[in-house]
Amino acid sequence: MKSPAFDYIRARSVAHALEAYRSLDGEGVYLAGGHSVVPSLTLRLQAPAALIDLSGIDALTGISLDDGWLRIGAMTRHAEVAADPMIRDHAHLFHLAAPHVAHPAIRNRGTIGGSLSLADPASEFPAVALALRAEMEVAGHDGVRRVKADDFFLDIYETAMEPGEILQAILVPPVRAGDVAVFDELARRRGDYAMVGAAVQAVVDAGRVTDISIAFFSVGNKPTRAGAAESALRGARLDDAVIAAAQSALDADLDPSDEPQMPASVRRHLARVLLGRLLGHLGTTA
Amino acid sequence: MTLQDTNTAAARAPHIGQAHRRQTARRHLAGRGRFVSDIVLPRMLHAAFVRSPMARGRILEIDTRDAEQSPGVVRVFTARDLNPSCKPWTGTLDHFATMVSAPQNILAEEEVLWAGHPVAMVLARTRAEAEDACELVMLDIEEGEACVDGHAALTGDAPRAAPGLDSNLCFQTVLETMAVDAAFAGAAHVVEGDFTFGRHTAVTLEPRSVVADFDAASEQLTVHHGTQTPYQFQDIYARHFGLAESRVRVIAPDIGGSFGMKLHLYNEEMATVAASLKLGRPVKFVADRLESFVSDIHARDHKVSARMALDAEGTILAMEVDDMTQIGAFSTYPRTSVAEGNQVVRLMGAPYRMPDYRGRLSVVFQNKVQTSQYRAVGHPIACAVTEALVDKAAARLGLDPFEIRARNVVPDDAYPFVSATGYSFEKLSHEACLAKLRELMDYDALRAEQAALRERGIYRGIGIAPFVEITNPGAAFYGVGGARISAQDGAVVRLTPSGEVQCAISVTEQGQGTETIISQIVADQLGVAPEQVKVTTGDTDTTPSGGATWACRGAGIGGETALRAGRKLQGQILALAGQILQSDPADLALADGHVVDAQSGTRRMPLAEIGRIATYRPDTLPEGADNSLTAAEHFAPSGYPFDFTNGIQASLVEVDVETGIVRLLKHWVVEDCGRIINPLLVDEQIRGGVVQGLGPALFEECLYDETGQMTNASLADYLVPMACEMPDIVIGHVETPTNDTILGAKGVGEAGTAAAGAAALNAVNDALSPFKAEIRQTPMTPLRILAALGHV
Ligand SMILES: Cc1cc2nc3c(=O)[nH]c(=O)nc-3n(C[C@H](O)[C@H](O)[C@H](O)COP(=O)(O)OP(=O)(O)OC[C@H]3O[C@@H](n4cnc5c(N)ncnc54)[C@H](O)[C@@H]3O)c2cc1C
Repeated sequence: MKSPAFDYIRARSVAHALEAYRSLDGEGVYLAGGHSVVPSLTLRLQAPAALIDLSGIDALTGISLDDGWLRIGAMTRHAEVAADPMIRDHAHLFHLAAPHVAHPAIRNRGTIGGSLSLADPASEFPAVALALRAEMEVAGHDGVRRVKADDFFLDIYETAMEPGEILQAILVPPVRAGDVAVFDELARRRGDYAMVGAAVQAVVDAGRVTDISIAFFSVGNKPTRAGAAESALRGARLDDAVIAAAQSALDADLDPSDEPQMPASVRRHLARVLLGRLLGHLGTTA
Repeated sequence: MTLQDTNTAAARAPHIGQAHRRQTARRHLAGRGRFVSDIVLPRMLHAAFVRSPMARGRILEIDTRDAEQSPGVVRVFTARDLNPSCKPWTGTLDHFATMVSAPQNILAEEEVLWAGHPVAMVLARTRAEAEDACELVMLDIEEGEACVDGHAALTGDAPRAAPGLDSNLCFQTVLETMAVDAAFAGAAHVVEGDFTFGRHTAVTLEPRSVVADFDAASEQLTVHHGTQTPYQFQDIYARHFGLAESRVRVIAPDIGGSFGMKLHLYNEEMATVAASLKLGRPVKFVADRLESFVSDIHARDHKVSARMALDAEGTILAMEVDDMTQIGAFSTYPRTSVAEGNQVVRLMGAPYRMPDYRGRLSVVFQNKVQTSQYRAVGHPIACAVTEALVDKAAARLGLDPFEIRARNVVPDDAYPFVSATGYSFEKLSHEACLAKLRELMDYDALRAEQAALRERGIYRGIGIAPFVEITNPGAAFYGVGGARISAQDGAVVRLTPSGEVQCAISVTEQGQGTETIISQIVADQLGVAPEQVKVTTGDTDTTPSGGATWACRGAGIGGETALRAGRKLQGQILALAGQILQSDPADLALADGHVVDAQSGTRRMPLAEIGRIATYRPDTLPEGADNSLTAAEHFAPSGYPFDFTNGIQASLVEVDVETGIVRLLKHWVVEDCGRIINPLLVDEQIRGGVVQGLGPALFEECLYDETGQMTNASLADYLVPMACEMPDIVIGHVETPTNDTILGAKGVGEAGTAAAGAAALNAVNDALSPFKAEIRQTPMTPLRILAALGHV
């Protein structure tokens, strides 16, 4: 398929991009790594008047530490997320998840900001952002605001960003003593979108879980925190009975849809298996 | 000299049997491939198609007015414009008695019969503009009820998949021996199972592509066509558009994979030719990935019920098999959609001494993409069903899978042998292959490791699957059924004025290295290096007519043709050299680019000198000398109707019994393709074939919903096997040349695909055996494995 014709605008700054978007009157689409946008054009799923390229905006790049918070620029490529030592040390979950996102060629182009803005419920990074309790730095005509990950992902391909707003950076809270992270997904082929996946960020103190956040992806219309499972684990020791209780609690947390190739019951089953394995892994990692 | 003697002579030859790299590889790596999509002609238009969005419906209106006004658009055609120029085609063959299929034509006329059926064709300056205009064609289609499931399609009140059909049954046949019922009645053990094999499709790297170029001034139609069978298409274009054969030239340039998919006739190719004839301009059509999924043929789609009778010692007495093949709304043209099912019912139990057999085949229409011949036609189905039942029987009898097969394969000294399904085997080597495989895979150690891991909750499985492959087909395949599909091939070999060699041959190259092996064979006949033999393929104007490439015939038939043409030229060269050198040609030979003394090997004169004298100084030759340095040969297989090959495969898997995910750990193949011309390319063929067998065993499936929509028609959702998932493939060989030819080569292109899935299926079931679980459907998805395990 060939995409319909479109104009191309290379934005010089966030302000320029916002202005370009406004001038296009709803007919503009931001372009980051392009690995979701460009296929959608060639599949003729959308036909914008213009693409506004964000890749030349310095303010959207860079990884820095500020007051313990790690700031990851929206244009950071998946491959950098996998390789960067600051991300490895201060946002370990992103480091663990990145190799599961697609294939090397796509990771060289795709950006963390693009992935979070797109909010594909099958994507790894949105769930990681939830588990890390990250915050999104969003720029609009009225200035810059911060949105907690819990409030950011609303529905399939839908975020708390207003049309035209730009995700500038992802902010990850400071690392705590005893922080451990585990991540895994069940996919039919390496690099595929997962049948089910989960990111777990926990604080384990002398074998006891003092804090935990668990975020699933590919199980519903958005990345999903497993609140009931978290409650079953908080304050507990990671023994078989506790893990089993957390697995059962998932039934209340997850509401996958029935699909011919993946009935809801199977996805729930896979989610329980995955959680059991991740918690077992957490017990040995901590 | 007997054929036996010449076989040994061929074995001594310096290039046959050696590993030579594919000659096209460097050019392709350097980006100098020339595929149809690379061809750009002056005034060329680009085609895009408007397709039916639904599986069955009646066309009420097609409004093309807006599309015609769209920028860059030259014409918009519907059936009314194009179909009258073309004689309809019907995919039936006489030797499949009673088979029926509705006639087809270029664009849908009154009814649409599958989701993807082309309805209108847009021609524009660019493909993008053509696609823009496709969105402006307004289709008004009244949706009808589609036939989706084969069983349902056969019930009395089912809607018909195509107009004019009395029923949705395309073809039915039964083959049986006398004593089947008695065998089952007296059997100590009967094992049985119902199997489902999903649809999949070829997914070639290069999609289907065609550039049709009609020059009205010279009344010449040239079609650059990404196909494996240019002569077949020359014949089709000539007859269906009423052109003289000489006015039609089909050129198959570089082809990026074909696998059988590109030898069928498609609406889009016919539309492209029709449009060029109408407009007198070159027209290009290159299928994109999405439309490939709903227009390239699909493969398989079988439901099989089978049972096997055995005596108390585990000797197979009989099989009874019922195969339903589901083929879409039409049988494909010109090879039909029946060959697949026909081979399924004829290859059942092929490796075994089984005396009795009953096979029933029903080929059924439905409103989906047509299915037809794809690499290893019918083989994977017959192999998987047979071998699954053999493993079941082994378990029932407490026999090791190797042991039960050793008891049942046709012994290596029992040939010639005629199978219960009527196939004649010249000479196969099952016993040698079984023994070699067992050693190659270190079977006993693997079993020990499997047992140890099971204690730790790790479930590995080992599956083996012997197979028989049909290769080197003669006219029995299609010709006897009235199809204008050549069973013979032709080669023209010539010595150039500078003493080099050129060979124009009818077999074609799709990336497998046909041209390379032909150069090796010709080189050996003429005493030159393969690099000095330039091979030309794929052009109906410049190569002799022939069957080209299908059903594993490039090496066995094409190679033999090249060998005979090379020998003929060798004789001509020696005769001429004898006259020049005043020697008896019988005392001369060709080696290292020279005419040499046959006994001592002493060089007498360079080939270049022969070329020079014959070309520039024929006046110096003795009176009446023949200076011809061109030789042509055509060869059609005689003797056995097919050369059967055999082999055995093994698969080692690990099943995650909680998630249903299968990991392929290792794969082994022992294969006997007769004389090996090029071991490197043989192994490439086997490896690629194995991957195309494992793909549909675990990943590939064209999924349809109940309305006949394909629901995963993109590479995001249709899972092709990729390198990460594929195991290492270890290959061993047994060599049993055929005595039907001088060369002794049989085919190898389909061997890998024939049994890889069967081995994997048996391996997964072996892994699941502690749970008393069994899977009989491919692809073996996590969902299906979890269901077999009772988790869902
Ligand atoms: C074959 C293939 C396999 C893939 N597999 C996976 C996978 O397994 N897991 C996975 O997570 N992803 C996968 N992807 C998607 C890939 O990771 C995408 O690149 C990514 O999701 C989007 O990032 P991008 O930078 O390419 O964004 P783009 O495609 O450029 O943009 C995506 C969307 O976000 C918007 N956008 C981008 N940046 C911003 C911003 N800073 N502010 C506001 N809006 C913005 C765009 O307008 C667009 O709507 C795959 C893609 C392909 C082609």
